[in-house]
Formats: sequence, structure tokens, C-alpha cells
Amino acid sequence: MAQIMYWEAIQRAHDEEMARDPLVICMGEDIGVAGGTYKATKGLYEKYGPLRVMDTPISENGFTGLAVGASFLGVRPIVEIMSVNFAWLAMDQMFNSAAKVRYMSGGQLAAPCVFRSAGGAAHQLGAQHSARMEKVFMGIAGLRVVTPSNPKQAYGLLKSAVRCDDPVFINEHELMYNMKGEVPDGEYFHPLEGSEIARSGTDVTLFGYNISVHWCLKAAEILDKQYGISAEVVDLYSLSPLDRDGIRKSVSKTHRAVIAEEDEAPVGVGSEVIAIINEECFFELDAAPVRVHSALVPQPYNHTLEKAAIPDHEDVVKAVLKMFGKA
Amino acid sequence: MKIEDKKRVLREMVLHRRFEERCYQAYIERKIGGFLHLYPGQEACCNGVMEAARPGHDYVITGYRDHVHAIKCGADPKEVMAELYGKETGSSKGRGGSMHIFDVAHRFMGGYALVGGPFPLAAGMAKAIQLKGGDEIAICFLGDAANNQGTFHETMNMAALWKLPVLFVCENNLYGIGTAIDRSTAVVHQHKRVAAYNIPADECDGQDIEVVYEHARKAVDHVRSGKGPYFLELLTYRYRGHSMSDSRGYRSREEEEMWKQRDPIFILRDRLIAAGEMTMADYEALEKETDAYIENEVIRFAEESPEPRVEDLEKYVLAERETQLPWLTGKAA
Repeated sequence: MAQIMYWEAIQRAHDEEMARDPLVICMGEDIGVAGGTYKATKGLYEKYGPLRVMDTPISENGFTGLAVGASFLGVRPIVEIMSVNFAWLAMDQMFNSAAKVRYMSGGQLAAPCVFRSAGGAAHQLGAQHSARMEKVFMGIAGLRVVTPSNPKQAYGLLKSAVRCDDPVFINEHELMYNMKGEVPDGEYFHPLEGSEIARSGTDVTLFGYNISVHWCLKAAEILDKQYGISAEVVDLYSLSPLDRDGIRKSVSKTHRAVIAEEDEAPVGVGSEVIAIINEECFFELDAAPVRVHSALVPQPYNHTLEKAAIPDHEDVVKAVLKMFGKA
Repeated sequence: MKIEDKKRVLREMVLHRRFEERCYQAYIERKIGGFLHLYPGQEACCNGVMEAARPGHDYVITGYRDHVHAIKCGADPKEVMAELYGKETGSSKGRGGSMHIFDVAHRFMGGYALVGGPFPLAAGMAKAIQLKGGDEIAICFLGDAANNQGTFHETMNMAALWKLPVLFVCENNLYGIGTAIDRSTAVVHQHKRVAAYNIPADECDGQDIEVVYEHARKAVDHVRSGKGPYFLELLTYRYRGHSMSDSRGYRSREEEEMWKQRDPIFILRDRLIAAGEMTMADYEALEKETDAYIENEVIRFAEESPEPRVEDLEKYVLAERETQLPWLTGKAA
């Protein structure tokens, strides 16, 4: 197994899928000649040419709709939306066309598109370049939502998303493209459904996804070493559908749950996971589940304010200690 | 147009007109729900363009005023009516309704209800044609008001930039819902607007099918020969309101009467009669025969068809699970 970066994993998945099937194409702003803002499409333009690696105008709804229309005829487009904040502009085509066309055509037509986009707060990018929007995507019928927390998932989820006949939204993170991790040398398909136990534990379950998995892992380490609390970390790489079985199994084992998300709390992943816990295993709980989340503010520019708005592993530790009456 | 074609198209247009009028009646009887946007007055547009194109071969997409476009591409009127009745035998199995008629087997790629939404979808189908190397073209029928959406400008730019084989047909019926074009649009002549994107464009009378056909032939030839997109504006009029909830308070009865003097069906009919190809009695018989067909076959089929099963409520949201297991479970061979 090679150690490669998150962006390299995504690039490799593109390359393999494009080499395999001439109808796999990719498009987005600056992805071709410029090689991609996050290098996720580096070298593909030179290899596959402008017909299949399309530098688009800055017209998010337009090129997203174009990808959807192409997918009606068997093309498999991988669309990069440079920042998830710009995806608001493309939501009409993602939601009204891609997600609904199978249903409203009575199963005659499908839009097997992949939409990739980077979300999350990076370094002082301000209110219009720092948002998380997974909560919006995961509430849409007809759309799958996955979010890789490491290079292996980034590679394997994209591979599976390209092959799947449903539209898939892949939520990436601005700060994770240079993260290194092991990726299988051979072809690997990560499941589009389910969840993963990233660390096994017995006293409390820390639910995370994408970047917050890493806060949870760090918090689990601290809780174990400094407080003797054994935390299980569950990686919810699939946000739609959420893994009801995985959530129930872990909570039934640890009887306590903390959900960590970089997004704001209202109508978010945490709300949804707690609702599932209530529905699936309420009587297993020894304490009320808790959410760790960002402040409900447009992301501030100022460094100190930005840090205050976004949670991290320390907030996860604090939440667990409070739950155990140790803080 | 050849004489046999004119006669055939007249029959089709009478079917289209009577079908829509029957929908109106069924709506009043509450057999059809939701929104209903009817096509009478505009028949020469769809028919003229599709006579110049290849129905069932070229990919067609449109907005929510879509029944006639679907039928012209080859959809069975019975299935379209059954869709309006919300039945399982409907063209979209009762899941779509009036605004979402689909018949993919005949390459009618659907009616969409967000104004301007089909523009990029049409360009995307053209992109797929370009990649696959076929001789099909994509045809996008939309109204004038769609041109005030961002998707219009975004799509014209991309279609021209990448020389996509797509024909944009603008059926300019002078109103966007209930707002007159000169009250909503700075440039009233729609074909002039695509000059900004270097797309060749033309404008013609949308009431005379022979005029539409001649202009559409030029447009279709241009697109099919690989020269890139083309924009054709057809000047037309819808007799009824935007949808059934529209009482047409924004325009005068005199204006409507003036347009009805240029009815697309009567123009063709009178021309055939003048040429000695048919008599008024023939035409009246055609109307009767059409009505009988609609009543005895189309309506009857819709009435007698079963409702979708409630157990199937969640069918068609995603692909059939069993067919996707390798990617859903990661257990690919």
C-alpha cells in the first residue's frame, strides 16, 4: 500500500476511470490547463484532451446542467465545483434535474453524475468561501452524499460514485487535500453506503465525518490517555443515506453519543444522527446525546473569531468530560 | 412540404388541438390535477420544426407545455393522457404529471418545470452526441420568457464555445406567465439576443407551418452539419392562459381575436382546400374522427387504467438497489 495524498487519490480515481471508459469526462473551473485548484485533475488534460477534460466558464448552474444532460445519454461526468459555496448556484440543476429526473420520468431516465466540491473553513477565507453545506445536500431525495475522511476513501468513493447509476455528491474539505494516507495499490471500490469504525471503544461513541473524524480520533486518544475513557469513533462517510444500523450498533454498545460536525447545528448531521438514535435505540442511552458544532454565524475573517467559530478536538473532549461529569 | 406531408401534419395538428381541448375539459371535471399548460395556437411551431428534424432520432427537450412535443416525437396519446390522469400506465407511470411527460424510447427527454432549466440539459445532450459521434441533434423548445434566466446566457456561451449540435427553438408567445414581453424584456426580438454569443439566428412567423418548416430546415441542416448551435425564434400565440389558473386579465379579447384569425390549423386547412386537396366536409369529418378517437381510445384508456400502488411510492427515487450492490457495498469483482 502506497502512502499518497488526498488530492493524488482523487486524481488517480479520475485517471483510472477515464482510461477505462471513454464516456467518463470531467469538467469544472480551472481543472484542465491549470491542473485544478486542488490538483485533483492534474495531468488529465494532457492525457485525455479538451473534449474530455473541460475547462468551463464560471457558470456553475450552466455547466452542472450540461453535465446532467450529458449523463442522460450515457456520459459519466465528474463535475468539480471549486468551492461548495458556489454550489448554491448549481443546486437548481443538481436538485431539480439530477435528483428528480428518475422519479418524474417513472424510471425512464437517470442522471449518473458525480459532483465533487470542497467545503469547510480553511484559513480566513471569509463568509462566502468557508461554508459547509452537507446538511443541504443530505436532505434531497434522489441524491447520494458521501464525504471522504482520508485518501483511501477519497479514491474508493470516487471510483464507486462514477460507476453508480445514481447522482452522487462528494463533499471534500479544503484543508484535507494534502493529507497523506494509505491507498490500496490495486483497484478499490469504497462502499457508498454504511459507516466505518475508525477506532474501537466501549464508553462513548464519537460520530464524525470528513474532517471531524480527525477531531474525534485525536479526542479519543486524549480521553484514553488522560481520563481513562474508552471512546469509539464512527466515521459516517455516507451522509445520505446515513447508516442507521451502524449508529444503532455502536450506541447500543457504548450507550453514549457525541456527534462532531464542522457545520452549524440547526438541521444538520448531528440533528439527524440524534433523531436516528431516538428512533433506533433510545432506551440504550445512559446520557443525552450531545452535538459539537460551529457557531451559527457567517464565517468571520478575523483569525481569532474564525477559530472561535469552528470546533476542534478540544471541544469534543470537553463535551465528553461534561457528559461523564468530569468537567 | 410535400402535399402528403401537409395532409398528414394537418391530421396531427387537429389531434394536438383536440387533445389539448379535451384536457381542458377533463381538468374542469377534476380528472386532471395540478398545473396544466395547454398548447392551442402554437401547433405550427412544434410541428414545423419536427417535420424538418427527425422525430424519434433527434433528442427533444422542453418546458412544462409539453404534451404536444411528446406526441410529435412518437409518444402514444393514450399514455400521455393516462399520465395526466396520474395512472400507472402513464408515460411517466403517474409520477410526473402534465409538466413532466417523458418518452425516452422516442427520445423525448422530458418536460421540465423550472423556467430555463432545459437549456443546459439540451447542451449536455449535444455534448454527449459530440462525444459519441452520432448524427443526432438536440432540440430545445422553450418560451420567450426562459431567455431571461441565467441558464439562457450560460448555455448560449457554452454551446457556442464548444460548437455543440443543439438547436434552440424559442416559441415567442409574447407573454411570460401574465407579463407581456415588452414589460419584462429589454430586447423584444429574441433572436437578436444570441448575437452576443455569435450564434446564428433567425426569426419567422410561427403560425404558418410551411414558413416554420422552411426556416427550421435551414436551422436543422446547420446544426446537423456540425457548424454548432442555432437559434430559431417563432412568433406565435397561446390562446389559453399560461395555465388553468390564468384568467387572461393582462391582455384584451381583441388581441386574442386578432391572433385567432391566423390560426395555424386553419391556415393549412384553407390552403389545402384552395389547392383542391380537401373539402370543408373532409375537414369536419377529420375533426369528428379525431374526437371519436380521443373519446373512445385516449380518454377511455386513461379512465380505465389502474392507479399506481402505494407500496411503490418510493420506487424510482434511486436506481434499483440490487443493480448497484457492487458500488453500495464496495464488493466489486
